[in-house]
Amino acid sequence: MNWPLTKKHNGEAGGNGHIIEMVGITKVYDTGKIKVEALRGIDLVVDPGEFVAIVGPSGSGKSTLLNLVGCLDTPTDGSYHLGGEAVAGLDRDALADVRNRRVGFVFQNFNLLPQLTALENVEMPLLFGGVGRRERRRRALDQLARVGLADRVEHRPTELSGGQMQRVAIARALAMEPDIVLADEPTGNLDTGSGSDVMSLLTELWGQGRTLVVVTHDKGLARRAGRVVEIRDGLVVTDELAVA
Amino acid sequence: MIATLFLKASSLQRKRAVLTVAAIAWGTVAILMLLAFGEGLRNQMAKAQRGMGENIAVWWSGETSKVWQGLPEGRPIRARLDDLDYLRGRMPSASGVLGEMTSWQTTLTWGTTTITGRVTGANWLYGEMRHHYARPGGRFFNAHDERDKRRVIFLGNQLAEDIFGEVEPVGEILQVAGVPYLVIGVLNPKLQMGTYKGPDEGGAVIPITTFSAQWSRHRLDNVVFKVAEAEDMPAAREQFAQALSARYRFDPTDEQVTGLWDTAESGKTLSTEMRRFQVFLGVIGALTLLVGGIGVANIMYAVVKEKTREIGVQMALGAHRGWITGPFILQGMTYTLLGGAFGLLVAIALVMLLQLVPVEGNDAIAFLGKPTLSGEIAAATAALLGLIGILAGYFPARRAASVDPAETLRYE
Repeated sequence: MNWPLTKKHNGEAGGNGHIIEMVGITKVYDTGKIKVEALRGIDLVVDPGEFVAIVGPSGSGKSTLLNLVGCLDTPTDGSYHLGGEAVAGLDRDALADVRNRRVGFVFQNFNLLPQLTALENVEMPLLFGGVGRRERRRRALDQLARVGLADRVEHRPTELSGGQMQRVAIARALAMEPDIVLADEPTGNLDTGSGSDVMSLLTELWGQGRTLVVVTHDKGLARRAGRVVEIRDGLVVTDELAVA
Repeated sequence: MIATLFLKASSLQRKRAVLTVAAIAWGTVAILMLLAFGEGLRNQMAKAQRGMGENIAVWWSGETSKVWQGLPEGRPIRARLDDLDYLRGRMPSASGVLGEMTSWQTTLTWGTTTITGRVTGANWLYGEMRHHYARPGGRFFNAHDERDKRRVIFLGNQLAEDIFGEVEPVGEILQVAGVPYLVIGVLNPKLQMGTYKGPDEGGAVIPITTFSAQWSRHRLDNVVFKVAEAEDMPAAREQFAQALSARYRFDPTDEQVTGLWDTAESGKTLSTEMRRFQVFLGVIGALTLLVGGIGVANIMYAVVKEKTREIGVQMALGAHRGWITGPFILQGMTYTLLGGAFGLLVAIALVMLLQLVPVEGNDAIAFLGKPTLSGEIAAATAALLGLIGILAGYFPARRAASVDPAETLRYE
């Protein structure tokens, strides 16, 4: 794989080598009548190759944090460098580029496009990234093979099981060879068997040197992570390295 | 795959899409038919306008309203028969000058039929200048008839029918105020809008020399002159005013005397008025079409709403604004142009069908004219459709682009 951005895996990111560097991040939702402080000053630094599990009760702000990490949303205040690049102040298309090249998303409910086949779903980020048709197809097929779905490429999401759908989603997240894979409750909608398959797959990715940030309630998944960050009321309450 | 992304964006809305395309088609038919009728009417009006003659001006005898060279106001000015050669010599811009005298309630007798009608004495030029073309088998009188004061008469087609009924009048002898005249021609039916003494179809015309001899008149009721091109008219009018005022000693700027009916000018006014009317019809059609456009936009809004999560996913995967808006704009255009194409076909069929309806005995069509589709109309409609298509896609697309991915991907 000779994609220029892949080399960022080995921490060539910022000047100080951090892939995620958040300082004093706050996020306030202002609905007009009431202001909700979802995040109240988060400092989070993640180095390349880390596997970070973000845990915490519902409403603690962990999904909000993940959206900010993935540039789906912008912080109200604070500074955020992703791979050494300041994200604040980028316009929507520039943010889309950042997401396309640097971030792979895995969602709880898979979020595959129902009218597209598994292959086309995996091709989508490549399409948005401006990859040519043949190269797109080749790389998508490659990713599907890596998640063990080489025989399901022409199936539509409705023809796949939950576990298979999540594996298509993981293949899609990896299609652009991003710096980071962000997963929001990736096993939340899966039965135990499929869930542990997906867990193994994610752990395997980490083993290949990828940076993984996972929001989860799943104790099993959190245990596999090298680092567990616990969020409560919009603040980091504990941040500890797991005993390897 | 790109096609799938673009085309399937609204596959769930098929029924509504069909209805909307129909609405656009209906709007297109409405605007095209309105414009086509407007065009037909405009052509018809222009034709009727020319019915009396093209680029002519009609002068009536008048009274002075200004004091001039010691002469008082209120003097009647009536041109004489022998002024015509003088005027012709002084009006180089006019391509023809003629005089008219009229006898209003004249008895016209053929066999046992007697009616009263209008008889006009005019120069032979009248036939061409006032569009008195004979229907086949007859003719208008000529220079020889005029010079020799022949008793020949040319009948308006309505008057001819009133007197002769089914009988062919040409060659018959008609008593005009007791004097026998040979009928030499009958007016070919024509559309006529303007008139200054009643429609041409209801009157008769004889050589002015014959008229002058029979009624012992030398004063003209009207002077009519023609110019080759409409732009020569102002010069001809000025020459007319100068020549007449010098002859009868009145102020050439005295509008009471020199005022005349200039068909070149009123033709221009009519054309402008008709153009305005057509624009008005177009606006009504455009509003109908706009309603269809709103229908298209409405469907697309529904699609945006339905696909919000998918739009959010595409954004998360790095889709630029263009990838999100493109399908909607394309679809708005597709629906609109599809409807427009259907509408155009229907309108063409309707216009062709109406062309088959005979004009004879159909007063409505005789007045309205037949609807006509022109390139101009097609171009204007296409431009409007394009605009509505873009707008119908643009607003939903803007809504789609404003989707907040973080918001849509959140779940409780």
